[in-house]
Amino acid sequence: MSVTTHSGGSILGHPVKRTEDRELITGAGVYTGNMPVEGALHAFFVRSPIAHGTLGDIDVDEAKGMPGVVAVYTAADLELNDRPGLPGVVPETMNRPLLAKGKVRHVGDIVAIVVAETASEAIDAAETVFPDIEPLPAVTDIEAAMADDAPLLFEGTESNMVAGAGTGEVEGIFDDADVVVKAKFHNQKLAGVPMEPNAVVVEPGENGKLTFWASTQTPHGLRDQMAGDLGVDGEDVRVIAPRVGGGFGPKAFAYSEYSIIARAAQKLGRPVRWNETRSENMLSMVHGRAQVQWVELGVKNDGTFVGLRATAVGDAGAYPAIGAVLPSLTQLLAQGVYDLPAIDFTWKAVATNTTTVGAYRGAGRPEATQLLERIIDMAADEIGMDPLEIRRKNYLQPEQYPLTTLTGANYDTAEHEKAADAAKEAAGYDALLAEQKRRRESGDRIALGIGVGSYVEVTAPLGLDGEYGSAQAHPDGTFTVMAGTSAHGQGHETAFCQLASSVLGVPMEKIKLVQSDTELVRSGAGTLGSRSLQTGGTAIHNASQELVAEAREIAAHLLEAAVEDIDHSDDGFGVRGIGDKVITWAQIAQAAEDGSGYEDGRGHEMRQELDFKAGDSTFPFGTHIAVVEVDLDTGFVKQRRHVAVDDCGIILNPMLVAGQQHGGIAQGISQALYERVTYDEDGNPTSGNLASYTIPTAADLPSFEVSNTETTTPLNPIGAKGIGESGTIGSTPAVHNAVIDAVSHLGIHHIDMPLTPETVWRAIHGANGSDPATRQQAGPEYAGKAITEDTPDSAQA
Amino acid sequence: MSTTIPLTITVDGEPRDLDVDPRTTLLDALRDRLGVTSTKKGCDHGQCGACTVLLDGRRVLACLTLAVAKDGADVVTANGLATDGELHPVTEAFLANDAYQCGYCTPGQICSAVGAIDEARQGMPSAVTSDLTGEVTLDRTEIAERMSGNLCRCAAYVNIVSAVEEASRA
Repeated sequence: MSVTTHSGGSILGHPVKRTEDRELITGAGVYTGNMPVEGALHAFFVRSPIAHGTLGDIDVDEAKGMPGVVAVYTAADLELNDRPGLPGVVPETMNRPLLAKGKVRHVGDIVAIVVAETASEAIDAAETVFPDIEPLPAVTDIEAAMADDAPLLFEGTESNMVAGAGTGEVEGIFDDADVVVKAKFHNQKLAGVPMEPNAVVVEPGENGKLTFWASTQTPHGLRDQMAGDLGVDGEDVRVIAPRVGGGFGPKAFAYSEYSIIARAAQKLGRPVRWNETRSENMLSMVHGRAQVQWVELGVKNDGTFVGLRATAVGDAGAYPAIGAVLPSLTQLLAQGVYDLPAIDFTWKAVATNTTTVGAYRGAGRPEATQLLERIIDMAADEIGMDPLEIRRKNYLQPEQYPLTTLTGANYDTAEHEKAADAAKEAAGYDALLAEQKRRRESGDRIALGIGVGSYVEVTAPLGLDGEYGSAQAHPDGTFTVMAGTSAHGQGHETAFCQLASSVLGVPMEKIKLVQSDTELVRSGAGTLGSRSLQTGGTAIHNASQELVAEAREIAAHLLEAAVEDIDHSDDGFGVRGIGDKVITWAQIAQAAEDGSGYEDGRGHEMRQELDFKAGDSTFPFGTHIAVVEVDLDTGFVKQRRHVAVDDCGIILNPMLVAGQQHGGIAQGISQALYERVTYDEDGNPTSGNLASYTIPTAADLPSFEVSNTETTTPLNPIGAKGIGESGTIGSTPAVHNAVIDAVSHLGIHHIDMPLTPETVWRAIHGANGSDPATRQQAGPEYAGKAITEDTPDSAQA
Repeated sequence: MSTTIPLTITVDGEPRDLDVDPRTTLLDALRDRLGVTSTKKGCDHGQCGACTVLLDGRRVLACLTLAVAKDGADVVTANGLATDGELHPVTEAFLANDAYQCGYCTPGQICSAVGAIDEARQGMPSAVTSDLTGEVTLDRTEIAERMSGNLCRCAAYVNIVSAVEEASRA
């Protein structure tokens, strides 16, 4: 398959400037928080200050009498269905009461909602609500939650285990290995931190109808979840996502706040709005990552991989949901880009008294890449081989594709050496090694580190490889295209109109993208999992092709010619070889609507819609090389360069691709160096704002050197794979490996992320890791040696 | 509880009268009371920069500014930077350099950039300026440092720095 463009596709592959820009640049874009809804009340939530406890009476009397207060509701006042975490995976005993009943399970758990005329009145009143909570022992640590004597979060369960599976044991997996390296890695809990926190306005309408304006990545998914929570028909719920100020995965989740607000709005018969505060956001918006991994890699002395054995245990948080299966994506990608002969992988998910875990940029895949790329570097170090060389020796070769990996991933296409060679050349790898040697020999206290990360990732995963799309021609010469994806900064209005423009042969400005409204767009899976262009874009592309086919038939009818003799050009449709009579798109759409374009004379809108199904996920890949400087006296890491070669198939708009690479790389670097959600021993969050939870600024990051190789995929006519998460997946291990490389001559084999100055300094100084006062700051494992302890029994399959 | 204080603020060129609870921040006064939503609320704690506006010509965080303390002040948001329908050069540079994605932090970034360029022209040093008394050259390091109060989770930083660099030469 290939993209069909009647005029050579001049607009494809070019950095077309974004059409959404003008509105956003002055701040005139309408986000949920400034969606004008007449007469809306304001909600604020009373949240548990205790991580785990028995919930007694909730005193709301004072709040009800406060100025402006319209209502205060607790679980007993609002009929809301308990929500299943993930049907078929998460046990029903772990269903989530949307307002806490009987127990609270994390700091931030919702105890009551206050609705008032203004936001400040709601906040003032919420401060007077007093929930009587008897504290119970809290468990926030993954391994502690798995222990036999762990406090249990849910009644009717025998443990906090939520889900798990594995490949099964491989006998004699390391029999042929000369060396087996072993390690335990913490892939720390992260917060998504979109600049716009969650926000919603719910307006009750006639006959039980509800309209939601919400800051979401998945309008249709949110509609279905709200219908389930409220016990109403999906048809009675309309969800509209206006401009959305960043998502990064967490806004693909349907927040219980939204259902509570909807029920309150129904009861009060008035619209209710809620703009989440940043402090609430850090407690309530789903977190990401959060795995402990036990990893063993067997290699021969010449660098050949023999086998991988690993157990990954994910933290699903207090109310296990999608996070309960994200470690299965870690297993799915455990083979990485390598010709690994054997894999023995086990994954599990466990509940803890922390914020629920969901998808965050990468969602299960960065954990796989990190696991592999760290253990490979440790193996290379052990046998004295260059990290890039050991990878090259084991890369899957292009002729092996397509292939099904040992853990069941259907890899479509790849050329790993090509991407790695491009990265090596762009980085000037050999010169960097020479510089490192010079610095070490001269005793330079600023150590240079070079790190490599090769990755493959799965885009449009978990059955998200299908999408709705439509294309319509209007008699005024304009067009409307629709897709079930829902952009929130990616630039789909530009990219999708580029695609339609190339197929329809009309300028982009004639085409309008309609998205993010469940009443206008028939169905959709939203924008997540780097799926949008390959699914929604393809659906629009194909619907546009069908619209051109329909136009040819109408033109043939009007011109009394055979369909196969109709030529399609930028001017319109004419008969090949006969004169210059051309019928425009506007004339054709008019003829369709008034019926003159059809044999039977029955007019209708000129519109084509379809459901595209790729049949499988695509697998982008690439190699990143990071160059860092580590101050051996302070532990401070300064990243000097970041070279990324990402292959996302055929590129539609290089400017949009570069933007996704930049954003992804920044978030990946940030996991390696800065970010970590932390809790104290009682389960109190200690990283609850943007002063204690570090996301990088312009001054923290180097300029990125991004480029691409283009390896097409047969799974869609564009040849495109996803790019939204690649940067995040490739960059973290490259930066992590670079920092370890910088200090490896001191005998350090591993330091857990984030590699803050204190963590690195402690590793350099060989401080022991038993000091609880510094544990939270420095990370759980900062001792300067590889962990050699065996996989604990409780983590075995 | 119900004490309010009257004040007048000029916002994007228009004098606006309002009565506020003394606890009201300039940000809430703008967004909730005056319907000026160009400036955004990202954290309400002075940690993200999304609410940056120009107040009497200097960039400030509207969420850390009490409205009552600014009676008579002149406030300019990203929406008010245009003159005679022409976009401000900094705004144009953001467009030309693809310096944003979701757009939420952008109005604050642009106000901050206008303030930063002006501060540099006045010779104000930053933490990375080597010569504290001479002229300031806005190279990428200086720009990144001076823009480091404005978070962008989409991380359009590379292009933001390029946009400010371009605008500073205009």
